[in-house]
Amino acid sequence: MNTPLSWIKAYVPDLDCTDQQYMDAMTLSGSKVEGFRRLDKNLEKIVVGMIDQITPHPDADKLIVCRVRVGAENAGANALPDAPDCIQIVTGAHNVKEGDKVPVVLDGGKVAGGHDGGSLPEDGIKIKKGKLRGVESFGMMCSVEELGSSRDMYPDAPEEGIYILPGDAEIGSDAIELLGLHDTDFEYEITSNRVDCYSIIGIAREAAATFGSSFQPPRPVMRGNGENAADYVKVEIADPDLCRRYVARVVKNVKIGPSPEWIQRRLANSGIRPINNLVDITNYVMKEYGQPMHAFDMSTVAGSKIVVKRAEDGEEFTTLDGQVRKLDHDVLMICDGEKEIGIAGIMGGQNSMITTDVDTVLFESACFDGTNIRLSAKRLGMRTDASGIFEKGVDANVTFEAINRACELVEELGCGEVVGGCVDVHGELPCDKVIPLRPDWINGFLGTDIPAEDMIKYLRKIDLDVDEKAMTVTCPSWRQDLEQEADIAEEVARFFGYDNIPTTLPRGEATAGKLSFKLRVEQLARTVAQYAGFSQAMTFSFESPKVFDKLRIPADSLLREAVTISNPLGEDYSIMRTLPLDGLLTSLAANYNHRNKNVKLYELAHIYIPSGRQAPVYASCSKDHACELPDERVQFVLGFYGEEDFFYMKGIVEEFFSKAGICCRPVYNPEAELPFLHPGRKAGIVIEGVQVGYIGELHPDVADAYEIGERCHIAVIDMPFIVDMATFDRKYTGIARFPAVTRDISLLMSKEILAGQVEAVIAQRGGKLLESYELFDVFEGAQLGIGLKSMAYTLTFRAKDHTLEEAEINAVMKKILNGLSDLGAEQRS
Amino acid sequence: MSMNEKLEKIRQEALSRIEQSGGLEKLEEVRVAYLGKKGELTEVLKGMRDVAPEDRPKVGQLVNEARAIIEKRLDEARSELARAARELKIASETIDVTLPATKMPAGHPHPNTLALDEVERVFVGMGYEVVEGPEVELDYYNFEALNIPANHPAKDEQDTFYINKDIVLRTQTSPVQVRIMEKQKPPIRVIAPGRVYRADEVDATHSPCFHQIEGLVIDKGITMADLKGTLAQFAREMFGADTKVKFRPHHFPFTEPSAEMDVSCFKCGGKGCRFCKGEGWIEILGCGMVHPKVLRMSGIDPDVYSGFAFGIGLERIALLKYEIDDMRLLYENDIRFLRQF
Repeated sequence: MNTPLSWIKAYVPDLDCTDQQYMDAMTLSGSKVEGFRRLDKNLEKIVVGMIDQITPHPDADKLIVCRVRVGAENAGANALPDAPDCIQIVTGAHNVKEGDKVPVVLDGGKVAGGHDGGSLPEDGIKIKKGKLRGVESFGMMCSVEELGSSRDMYPDAPEEGIYILPGDAEIGSDAIELLGLHDTDFEYEITSNRVDCYSIIGIAREAAATFGSSFQPPRPVMRGNGENAADYVKVEIADPDLCRRYVARVVKNVKIGPSPEWIQRRLANSGIRPINNLVDITNYVMKEYGQPMHAFDMSTVAGSKIVVKRAEDGEEFTTLDGQVRKLDHDVLMICDGEKEIGIAGIMGGQNSMITTDVDTVLFESACFDGTNIRLSAKRLGMRTDASGIFEKGVDANVTFEAINRACELVEELGCGEVVGGCVDVHGELPCDKVIPLRPDWINGFLGTDIPAEDMIKYLRKIDLDVDEKAMTVTCPSWRQDLEQEADIAEEVARFFGYDNIPTTLPRGEATAGKLSFKLRVEQLARTVAQYAGFSQAMTFSFESPKVFDKLRIPADSLLREAVTISNPLGEDYSIMRTLPLDGLLTSLAANYNHRNKNVKLYELAHIYIPSGRQAPVYASCSKDHACELPDERVQFVLGFYGEEDFFYMKGIVEEFFSKAGICCRPVYNPEAELPFLHPGRKAGIVIEGVQVGYIGELHPDVADAYEIGERCHIAVIDMPFIVDMATFDRKYTGIARFPAVTRDISLLMSKEILAGQVEAVIAQRGGKLLESYELFDVFEGAQLGIGLKSMAYTLTFRAKDHTLEEAEINAVMKKILNGLSDLGAEQRS
Repeated sequence: MSMNEKLEKIRQEALSRIEQSGGLEKLEEVRVAYLGKKGELTEVLKGMRDVAPEDRPKVGQLVNEARAIIEKRLDEARSELARAARELKIASETIDVTLPATKMPAGHPHPNTLALDEVERVFVGMGYEVVEGPEVELDYYNFEALNIPANHPAKDEQDTFYINKDIVLRTQTSPVQVRIMEKQKPPIRVIAPGRVYRADEVDATHSPCFHQIEGLVIDKGITMADLKGTLAQFAREMFGADTKVKFRPHHFPFTEPSAEMDVSCFKCGGKGCRFCKGEGWIEILGCGMVHPKVLRMSGIDPDVYSGFAFGIGLERIALLKYEIDDMRLLYENDIRFLRQF
């Protein structure tokens, strides 16, 4: 929404402020000004001149020499010797003749742009006296492009050449004033609740209230000749759910011509192209009242009848821009007795278009359902100025006022004879709302101490009616957003000034500030990962279904059942991830591609498992259908390529478990189904019989698919499991007071036997006395024999309450070795 | 030579040899020569039997005195030598302290996390609990319960990702407000950080997936002044003690009155610079008093309780605070970028 300040000032006559002051004050009272554009920016020393005499240039065929009367004061030292009020200007323009009045920029002045109408230079173009082909020139006559405008905004300007001013322009006066360019166009961000502010009147009302000035809006009165519009046209609303009100008025003996200058300037300065008086009036009223209007040529309205009804599915209709539109049953149409003549609220039809030889016009001002217009415009792919306003919701009372304003302008501009009366079809009209005014409650709510009389003053400034006896506020229908006391409190706060509300801190019962346990465990994961050299990544939660192929996920895998977005940005962003790998691998690949060395990344990534596959994490939803929601699980995913190996990753995983207070050793299951990992270098991570994650080297095919040219390792830990198992509680177990005894054993076994199996035996057989065990050597070699390997462990024994005797240790050692022997691992001699 | 003179001579000689020793070994020789089993002073004591009995105590005392002096001097000389030796060692151990440091292997947090940690620190300090809610959310919580009616333009498909007609990817963290109010009795003070989704194409200032931090306070007698005071304090903690705040009226369907908060530009202090586009102020967050309809729908009586809510764009804070000029960097995870945090 934008408004030229001049139009606002027309209704707030004593508004007196700078552009910046206006912007700041309006923003602080709730009409946010995004910015403003001064229309006279870089227009300096531009006056009205009259061409006295034109002579050919002695040395150039395309140039002429003009003697231009600008007044003695403006001519100054540059005046012609024989005429103190004239200067000489050389020009290449050919549309001027003697006696024309033109805008002249004097020596030392500025214009906004070049004559080609290209983009305007920031600091304008300085004009200095000089010589053109040897003849002195003391200024320049201007085209509308040089004035920073265009022929769109000055339809009477020549296609090329100097803009000719009206004959009654006063020589030597300010040409910019005459051109209506001493104006500023303000751009607002209007919030969706303030439909009334999508209009000059709405903004002007806010401006008057903001600056404490009087507000004098137009107050149209219904006039017309002795006839009755009802004799010209009948109106029927067949679908009242989509059309709350339809007002029709008739204008006959229409005389199409240009609008007066003041209408043209107000439209042009709002960025609307003046066209002719009739079109300009509808545009003017749309801007002024925020009510789109339409004009039909009465001679094309068959049966003198208007019917507002839904279109038939599949129908076609040609709009006035010549495009054929395909309709459906949800599109509301304006029809006459036989056919469609317009798409309601969006665009008229070619078949009922106003032409210059129109005689009788039917004005339409209607209140259509905003949502329907919005959705129809979207389906049809034609968002117009009118639909943009309708979709915000028009006040049915304004609908009536606006058409009368249009007819008033028709009379004022003399562009036709307004037929008396109107055809006004409507259902129930919106009425004023009454809200109690409790100053104490408002002060309690805002934390202020505003006197009641000030509140009443603020509310009256914006045309809300306050009954001081009943202490109620009556809100007019154009303020549909005001529904309850909190809304009234906001109106009071806006004009009291948000900045004047004091700053306090909430009192009352203290609450404990804290992170949830889940977040604490996640914080721990971050800490461990970062200390181990991993940096935190963040990747999108949605991805392409192609990811499953890239990760070698079998066609029948449950992992392929994902939460699917029905309107994604594209296939690449269409499913919610069920695995946390793609984002991280893509990031690693990007790093690899940038030749970054040894990159380690981690992410705390959400995955989304469709409902029904697992119990929802958020079981606390109060609504019954809550179980439709997917299970959102945080997964701690780590990945790196470069120097380190599988066991480095394993170390981090175990460090995390240990810091999370999980004391039992995880078990690694190499048989776990992990198709994206190297078949010989992968494992499921199992704690107390539950697979809580997995670890391994990326399958070479997957690494190729992501174009990571080095061995890449990943680990994934399902955090909900860890959160369940984790504890930050610790118990001191004392520092051992009795000495430990160590025994080294060297075992010979088949290569097939895993360290995990050996250790399980050691741990189980070692019992209470075994404090720890540590692998210190693994060796395979020809001298051992084919298919054999040797593993050497240091076992540490200690008792809490006494120094271990040789016999005790030997007994345990024997148990361990027997167990190992059963496994197939024999002690080497 | 009297015994006296003899002892004096021994003492003189011993001390002078100590002075000249110049090394621990030489000192030991001196000790042995005078105080050892066959040392000169020991010999004198051995010769006591030749001394007249009445003189013996006197001589004994003299010998002990001489011995004490020599021993003391020996100790001093020893520690002087040790000190000198240490000083020599220290002097030889000088390193070039300007040589590069050993690199710590530690990784780096994501700038979003860094910013979020800051925000959480401030609000946890003020007694707020950090809570979460689902990203794949019921349309009811994302819109209807927040006073956004069925046909509101904000629900348009162009902004919202739909799973089906009842389920959306939440477009804001505000639905967590409702979930908290439904299950928790006032006083409520929470912040709810999390991921939100809007159907925006990726560019320097937009991402279809980003983060917000929702704040909610519900209690008896909560005022708009409390909202202002709380957020002003947050701004000072976050952006520096001199930070000023400005509240502008705005509109959100779920708060009334609503406001947007600007902070004085933390780059230029409010004078206006390229960073704040010459305005001196930077828009930081949206906030307001929780709408009575929202309270009622969430099971809280608006005649008894009131409250305020606010929503902060995490990426916006991170981009501003760390002067990151392109939002895409946040989701590319280039280590050369992450390493700077």
